[in-house]
Amino acid sequence: MLGRSANGIFWLFRYLERAENISRLIEAGFRMALTRDAADASDEWRSLIVTLGLRPGYEARYGLEYTGAHVFNYILRDKDNPGSVLAMTEMARTNARMVRGGITREVWESVNDGWMKLKEALARPVTETRLGDVLDLVRRQSTQVRGAMEGTMLRNEIYNFARLGSFIERADNTARILDVKYYVLLPSISYVGSSLDNVQWENVLRSVAGERAYRWLNAGRMDPRGIAEFLILDGRFPRSLAFCYSKLRSNLASLAREYGGEMHSHEILRDADCQFHQATIDAIFEQGLHEFIGTFIRNNTTLALQIQRDYRFID
Amino acid sequence: MKTTSPSSYDEMLNSDGSVRSAYAGYCQWYDEQAPDLLRRKGSEAEAFFRRTGITFNVYGNEDAEERLIPFDMVPRIITAQQWRKLSRGIEQRVRALNAFLHDLYHRQEIVRSGRLPARLLKGNVAFLPEMVGFTPPGGVYTHIVGIDLVRTGEDDFMVLEDNARTPSGVSYMLENRETMMAMFPELFTRVRVREVSDYPRRLARSLAACAPPACDGKKPVVAVLTPGIYNSAYFEHAFLADQMGAELVEGSDLRVENGRIAMRTTRGYTPIDVLYRRVDDEYLDPLTFNPNSVLGVSGIMDVYRAGGITIANAPGTGICDDKAIYSFMPEIVEFYTGEKPILQNVPTWRCAEPESLKYVLDNLAELVVKEVHGSGGYGMLIGPTSSRKELAAFEAKLRAKPENYIAQPTLSLSTVPILTKAGLAPRHVDLRPFVLVSPNGIDITPGGLTRVALKKGSLVVNSSQGGGTKDSWVLDD
Repeated sequence: MLGRSANGIFWLFRYLERAENISRLIEAGFRMALTRDAADASDEWRSLIVTLGLRPGYEARYGLEYTGAHVFNYILRDKDNPGSVLAMTEMARTNARMVRGGITREVWESVNDGWMKLKEALARPVTETRLGDVLDLVRRQSTQVRGAMEGTMLRNEIYNFARLGSFIERADNTARILDVKYYVLLPSISYVGSSLDNVQWENVLRSVAGERAYRWLNAGRMDPRGIAEFLILDGRFPRSLAFCYSKLRSNLASLAREYGGEMHSHEILRDADCQFHQATIDAIFEQGLHEFIGTFIRNNTTLALQIQRDYRFID
Repeated sequence: MKTTSPSSYDEMLNSDGSVRSAYAGYCQWYDEQAPDLLRRKGSEAEAFFRRTGITFNVYGNEDAEERLIPFDMVPRIITAQQWRKLSRGIEQRVRALNAFLHDLYHRQEIVRSGRLPARLLKGNVAFLPEMVGFTPPGGVYTHIVGIDLVRTGEDDFMVLEDNARTPSGVSYMLENRETMMAMFPELFTRVRVREVSDYPRRLARSLAACAPPACDGKKPVVAVLTPGIYNSAYFEHAFLADQMGAELVEGSDLRVENGRIAMRTTRGYTPIDVLYRRVDDEYLDPLTFNPNSVLGVSGIMDVYRAGGITIANAPGTGICDDKAIYSFMPEIVEFYTGEKPILQNVPTWRCAEPESLKYVLDNLAELVVKEVHGSGGYGMLIGPTSSRKELAAFEAKLRAKPENYIAQPTLSLSTVPILTKAGLAPRHVDLRPFVLVSPNGIDITPGGLTRVALKKGSLVVNSSQGGGTKDSWVLDD
């Protein structure tokens, strides 16, 4: 396949994944803000903007005032925000058009249909009343595309590049949430867990749609170290770093089989992957959660760039 | 169903209002349908097109939505007998076009014999000196042709344009049929219509048969070259590549490697044998033509001339789309085939000739005047629907540069009904059959694309100016 098409597929799925994750983040933030007083709610909205790396753009537009409607409209649809969910969905669709021949009709139609609906829903400012529906729409598009891909696409290199895009992005997103929220999981705050802590912890889980799974696995007991372990090391949870890396591993392995050899990215992956097999959560906390996450995000980016280089995404 | 318009030939109804034989089966079916059901199907079809992304972009308007070409659900029907005659005419014309192109780029016998004035070639940018003395692989110049035909009577089909350069619209032919079959499956069990769906396979086969010497007997690698997703016909480029199982490449994917044109794949650079390009000559090779082009490949013309790649259609075929050249097509057909042309030209006045210019100026309000190098319905004058001011402005242009224009009578194009809120209503149509040329022969897909002017009385069928399309049926014997 063309290098440009591989790049298109890879980014199509990165954009969709990112849009989906952003919608979860907004939802968790909104829920959090609802249960807090105005000052804390504003902090919550700010932390959302920070997680998404949108602070300079947002503050250039609205100054230091963080209100819900400003924040979620900025993230979802602001024309000045090149990383808005709308822009992302548009880029996903542009990429899908570009690689139209590499995806099935079902996948294309799911992307296109989702874009048409979202464009309409985001044509006017989103109110708190409509927010839930809009976020739902974003997630549903991603789910639908994933389902169409699962059900109709050949398991070949195209599929592998799509999956690599999804899991590089998902790992990055989970890591960024941890990066911004790591302090609520640090032991120095409290081991006992005030009710506020509990809400904060649950919010972290909610941001990655993991609250139910975590409760189910832990009989409802919240503990920060357990949550960090769940999000980083639990290979059963589809948004954990370990899970994302096991998927990256299997997709890169398929490519190596198909291409008859490994590339430099396989090497980088092996090194990164090791840490999930050897590491324990205690060791991670000892090393420093913040440092661990920081290193992870950098390595994840290096891996993505190496994949793009190895498979000639760009000249 | 009384929908005749007095002046034009209606393809469905006789002048007494009875149904012509071509439409007998369809009309029987139509009369059994509830009218609101058909209208509902119409909006279904639109939603279907939007979802599948069959849209085209309009240049010059960045904020413009991708537009749909309106689709009308009443098919345009041609009998087997009419089609046989049309095909013979088309084949003859396409054979002549290829012989003509070969001659133009070699000995120019037709000019030497005095049948074609040399002035038509001199300084004509569509005539490429780079092609002189070179014969494309397989001797084929026009791999894909989309001749525009208009009809004025029972047996009167005329060629309006040859479109030998890069005809578009074939994806609409295919999707229109798919849509009709999805919406009205039972209709196709009642009326036997000839298939069009294997066009992409035939295109792939036809292109592969024109592989260059460098291919050396291996299975030819075919790719479609598109200017990119912002091109108005991008959907079609992607569609055809997909249907042929060929790569859809852009200029930035390609470079010259070991005397071949190679595309950047995830495994490295792979040579291409046949390039179905949807990029104009001018942008094909920045080293040879427009140096600012980013749509083409530097050095492709050298590779081409050395036998490293086949370019379809061949560079320089655009000369046939020149409307002054067109006016000589009857002579051209006769010169190369030794036969009388089966398909007629639309009568054409060449404004370069003083008597013709005088006639055109005297009768401007009745004529259609076209730029010799124009296409797509731009830059033309339709006398009968123009204001006095527009006529005067055009007259000035004509006097200043008469050789830039040709004129034709305002033809009374045939009509086929479309479905309107008030039921069936006749609208003017044309027909663009698609023709494939390879060393194995000339292959014409039965039917083609019918374009229809949706506005009552309008003669402009171009999609860029509000025209729509119809499914076109050739009946099985």
